[in-house]
Amino acid sequence: MSEELDRRQFLKGSAMLAGLAIAPGMLLYDLAHGRSLNEPASSAVRWGMLIDTSQCESGCDDCVKACNKENGLPGGTRPTDEQWMRKVELKDMRTGKATSLPMMCQHCEEPPCVDVCPTGASFRRADGIVLVDRHLCIGCRYCMMACPYKARSFVHEPLHDQKPDVPRGKGTVESCTLCVQRIDRGENNTACAEACSKAGHKAILFGNLNDPDSEISRRIRTVASTQIRADLGLNPGLHYEGL
Amino acid sequence: MDALLKNRRDSRNFYLLVALGLLVVAAGLAAAHYMEEYGHIVTGMNNQIVWGMPHVFAIFMIVSASGVLNVASIGSVFGQAPYKVRAPLAGLLSIALLAGGLTVLMLDLGRPERVIVAATHFNLKSVFAWNVFLYSGLFAFVGIYLWTLMEKRMNPWSKPAGLVVFAWRIILTTGTGMIFAFLVARQAYGTALLPPMFIVMSFAWGLAVFLIVQAAMYGWNEMELHAAILKRLKNLLGLFVISVIYLVAAYHMTNLYFARQSAFEHFILVDGGIYPMLFWGGYLFVGSLLPLFLIYFPGMGGSRHVLAASILVILGSFSLLYVFIVGGQVFPLSIFPGYEVTSSFGDGQIGQYAPSLPEILLGCGGLGVAFLITTIGVRALNFLPRDASD
Repeated sequence: MSEELDRRQFLKGSAMLAGLAIAPGMLLYDLAHGRSLNEPASSAVRWGMLIDTSQCESGCDDCVKACNKENGLPGGTRPTDEQWMRKVELKDMRTGKATSLPMMCQHCEEPPCVDVCPTGASFRRADGIVLVDRHLCIGCRYCMMACPYKARSFVHEPLHDQKPDVPRGKGTVESCTLCVQRIDRGENNTACAEACSKAGHKAILFGNLNDPDSEISRRIRTVASTQIRADLGLNPGLHYEGL
Repeated sequence: MDALLKNRRDSRNFYLLVALGLLVVAAGLAAAHYMEEYGHIVTGMNNQIVWGMPHVFAIFMIVSASGVLNVASIGSVFGQAPYKVRAPLAGLLSIALLAGGLTVLMLDLGRPERVIVAATHFNLKSVFAWNVFLYSGLFAFVGIYLWTLMEKRMNPWSKPAGLVVFAWRIILTTGTGMIFAFLVARQAYGTALLPPMFIVMSFAWGLAVFLIVQAAMYGWNEMELHAAILKRLKNLLGLFVISVIYLVAAYHMTNLYFARQSAFEHFILVDGGIYPMLFWGGYLFVGSLLPLFLIYFPGMGGSRHVLAASILVILGSFSLLYVFIVGGQVFPLSIFPGYEVTSSFGDGQIGQYAPSLPEILLGCGGLGVAFLITTIGVRALNFLPRDASD
């Protein structure tokens, strides 16, 4: 009797131990691999970027071109053209130091665009990506007024030849989605980061800010980085190094 | 026979006015259709100046819709007889202006056909969504208020109804000011001074609209406004115009004091081309000082002077709104303070905006809607303000 109890207890204990041992592994596996499409985005993940401005070359716009290609944007630069991503050239007015960096939606934790949107079309996914629901957007452009980063564009003209996995719409507002279509397919990298690496600059590092062991988290812990307009307290998901 | 002739002439003139109003509304609708067909590319607006001429018209009408109720409030809430007889007209004008303003706002949307989405999906954190309730509430409360004024049995309720309207429209204009006050990162906006500034602007602009419509109605009926009442109304307009100057000055003074805002103020007040011109010339001189001269200078203050002053106040309001809305966006957003910035997206550059014909026509269409509702309203209902001794 007591022997049987012992065996039962032993089995129970080992099962629990085994569970404890594999749980973090399973969790990490979950985080590291894409979720299936019918699974909602998880707040265990917060996608973000670390942009090393010292590696970003002035005049190079491979990231912008890759963004346009990935998302089916025509790439025009008139004031009415959509630019989800742009290269910004900076000159420090005191020291004259020049810096070049890519600018796009900063995927804030407290996004003003989401706050002001009357219909809830602007929203923040559980994994930190700020998106526009093209079916709910009425095209009032209040989010564009509210965005501190000028990250959003309004579609001023009828659209042709859209990419099936990046639906867009005339008369609605849009911005960088952190290549959400790629993330949802389980490819955990954005077109711009990939293009930057391919060009040999490796200025854009994409990853999960919530995973303490991800490369991005380790880098943010060890190098000095800043968020643009950090004074606004919006906690953007994009961090910049060397600014 | 004379009366019959006058009646006929009145009828003819009325239909002429309605036809004129319909024509303007039709032009506005055609412009909206054109904008929807080709996209906002046919307007002067772009990714930097996202709100333009339609918003100047719409905000003027929405702010005035609230302010015009001042006349009703002074009558119903504060019990002043000369204002009480003017309350029905004020209520009608409020509904007319609000309808005109909302028409423009709605038709300027990128997806105007989705207005039903705006009416069924609400983000309760958005001041825009609050405004949907505030606007529809104003229609309802002013409607009820008009009913209490027109239906004898309901007359005793006109005071509480007037009180609700009074509170509601103050909240409504607070909401309109907050649309801008809540913009955290824009140099021109993002200050708690805007809601009170909008309220005071509404007083002045609404009264100016009221005085113009009243003058037109008196002219039509060959009546003269009593000198004592004219004096009260003109003094009130003067007081409101001075109050607007005070708040506009406080707004700019505060900005001038902050070093980080000085470049913006320099642009708006000194070297921004059309914007300082409209501010000093359009708003301050034509829209404020000249009306004050017409109201207060000895020998002035007659009914024609007051009418001219009212028209100038409205011209000034368009100038001020243009500087505030368009000028506020044309100046580049400060994303990297302390840096000189260039990019393909207009960073660090003064934005370019030239209003196009369709957006101006759309704005005028909204005025047409307000005009039509007013014209038909005063014809169908007995809203001519009649003072005790008339």
